[in-house]
Amino acid sequence: MPSRHTVSSFDGDLQQIEDALHAMGGRVEQALTRAARALEHRDEDLALEVIEADRVIDAMEEAINQNVVRLLALRQPKAQDLRLIIAVMKMADNLERLGDYSKNMAKRVAPLSAAQQIPGAGAAIRRQSKQVGQMLQDMLDAHAMHDVARAMDVIERDIEVDEMTNALFREFITHMMEDPRSITSCLHYIFIAKNVERMGDLVTSAAEQVVFLNTGAKTGERIKGRSTAEINLADVREGQE
Amino acid sequence: MANTRKQASALTQFEAFLETLPEPFLLINPSRRVELANTAARELFGAGVHGMPALALLRQPEPAAALESAFFALEQAAAPQGPFEARLESFGTSLETTYAMSAQILRPEAGLRGIVISFRDISHIEEAEQQRRDFVANVSHELRSPLTALVGFIETLQGPARDDAAAREHFLRIMEREAGRMTRLVGDLLQLSKVESNEKVRPRSLISVSEVVRATLAALRPQIEVSSVTVHFEDGSTGAMIPGDRDQLIQVCMNLVENALKYGASGKRIDIELCRQEEKPGMPGPVMRLSVTDFGEGIDALHIPRLTERFYRIDNHRSREAGGTGLGLAIVKHIVNRHRGRFNIRSKKGEGSTFTVVLPAQ
Repeated sequence: MPSRHTVSSFDGDLQQIEDALHAMGGRVEQALTRAARALEHRDEDLALEVIEADRVIDAMEEAINQNVVRLLALRQPKAQDLRLIIAVMKMADNLERLGDYSKNMAKRVAPLSAAQQIPGAGAAIRRQSKQVGQMLQDMLDAHAMHDVARAMDVIERDIEVDEMTNALFREFITHMMEDPRSITSCLHYIFIAKNVERMGDLVTSAAEQVVFLNTGAKTGERIKGRSTAEINLADVREGQE
Repeated sequence: MANTRKQASALTQFEAFLETLPEPFLLINPSRRVELANTAARELFGAGVHGMPALALLRQPEPAAALESAFFALEQAAAPQGPFEARLESFGTSLETTYAMSAQILRPEAGLRGIVISFRDISHIEEAEQQRRDFVANVSHELRSPLTALVGFIETLQGPARDDAAAREHFLRIMEREAGRMTRLVGDLLQLSKVESNEKVRPRSLISVSEVVRATLAALRPQIEVSSVTVHFEDGSTGAMIPGDRDQLIQVCMNLVENALKYGASGKRIDIELCRQEEKPGMPGPVMRLSVTDFGEGIDALHIPRLTERFYRIDNHRSREAGGTGLGLAIVKHIVNRHRGRFNIRSKKGEGSTFTVVLPAQ
C-alpha cells in the first residue's frame, strides 16, 4: 500500500480481498496444470480431484463478491480504491470462469480414456495449456508486484495461444478426415482446445485490468491472431502436403 | 535504537550469505512480505519480488497452507516450529518445474525475525519416474504383440488348420519369426541392463578395434551376402590397441552395421572407416574414430536427436518387419558412454547416414 487511509481498518479490508483473489488465483493455476496433466496421462483420479476442487473456487468467488458488496456499502470508496475493488471483482469473475474451463477439461478425461487414442493429442493440449498457465502465472504476479510491463507482455502473448489453437484445429480435422473412428476423441479435443483458447482471452482481459489499475489507462486495440472461424478445408489440405 | 541497528546489520549479513547460495531462497518478514530474495529467487519469481506479500507470491493451495502454518509458528512460539513443506509447481520460461518448498522459522540467535523459504528443483526426479513408467509400458507392449501372434497361431494349429500341412509349414515359419523377435528383445533388454549396471566402470583391457570390426563382419557375412550390399572397410588404425571391452564393442559394431543393412540397403554400399586421430576437441588425448556410412534414404533431421531413446522408431511398421527391437542404438550409446567416448549421427535425407563412434585411445 503506497498511501494509508485515515481509517486503518479499510487498508486491512482491501488487503483481505486482495489476499482472497491471490489464493483463488493459486487454486485456478493448480486446476489448469492438473487438468492438463490428467488429460495427458489419462489419469481419471486426478481429473476427479480437479472437478471436486472447482467448488472451492466457486465458493471463493462468492466470498470475494460478498466482501466487495460489503465494502462498497460500508466504505463508499472513491477514485483509486473504487477502481481497485471493481478490478478485483472483475478478475475474480475471470478466474472463476478459468476454473470452469479447467473443470470442463477434467470432465472430458474419462470419455477420452474410453475412446480411440489420438497419438500426441494430450501432449499438444498440455503445451497449449502450459502457454496459458504461464500467462496466468505472470498476470497474477504482475498484479501482486504492480508490474505493468509484465501485464502488457501477457496481453501480447495471447496471439501465440490463438496460433497454437489454429494449428491444433487443423491437426484434429486431418485426423477426422483420415479415420472416422477418431471423430469422438477429436471432437472432445477440439472443444478442449477452443476452451483453452478462451482461457487465454480471459487471462488477457484480467491482465488488462492490471494495466488499468496501475496506469488508469485502457490498453489499445488487441492484436488478434487468426480466428478458428476462418479455417476452411483448403487450409487443412494445404497443411497435409 | 541500538536494537534496530543490530537488526539492520544482521539483515545485511544475511543477504550477503543468501546471495552465495545457488538455489532460490526468500526471507519473509513478520509483516508477511518478501524482505530478501537472492539472485536465484529473483530469477524464479521476477525482479519485482521484493516487498511483495508472501501469500500473493506463493498462492497455490499447498504452499499457501505451509506458509500459513509458518506464520502461525512465528507468532506463537509454543506452536510446532516446522519445517513446513509443500510442492510448488511453476512455469519457467520454457518448462514446467516442480519445487520442493520448505519454510523454516529463523531461530532467535539469528538476530532477525522471519521465515526462510528454500526451493529445491525436483522436476528431474519426477521426470525419471515418468520415464520408468513409459519404459515398462513400452516393454509390455513390445512383448505383447509377438505373443498375441504366437497364441493366435497355436489356436489355429490346434483347430481349423490341424490337418493342413501347407498351412502348418507357413504358420510355423511365422511363429519362428515371432519367437525370434521376442528372444532378441529379451536379449537386448538384458544386454542393456548389463551395460547400464557397469556404465561407471571404464574397461581397462587393451583391444584392437580393427580386429573387432573384422570379427563383426565375419559374423555378419551371411546377412551381407544375401543383401546385395558391398561393404568396404578402410582400416587406418595401424593395429593400435585401445582400452575397451571386446564383446561390447563387437555389439556396437554389429548394431551399426546391421542397421545400415536394414535401413540403408537401397544405397547398395556401406563404408566402414577406422582411423586414429591425435586430437579431438573436447576429448583428452588421442582418439580412435569408427564410422559406418550407408548411402540409403537418410533420416529426417527431426528424428536424429531422439534415435538413441529406447523404443524410438522412425517407422514402427518397417522396423518391426526388419526385426528391429528399438533398442539397438540405445545399447550403442550406453556402451560408448561406458568407454567415455562420443557417439554422433549425421544424416541427409536422400543421401545416406553416418554413425560415428569416437573412443579415447588411452
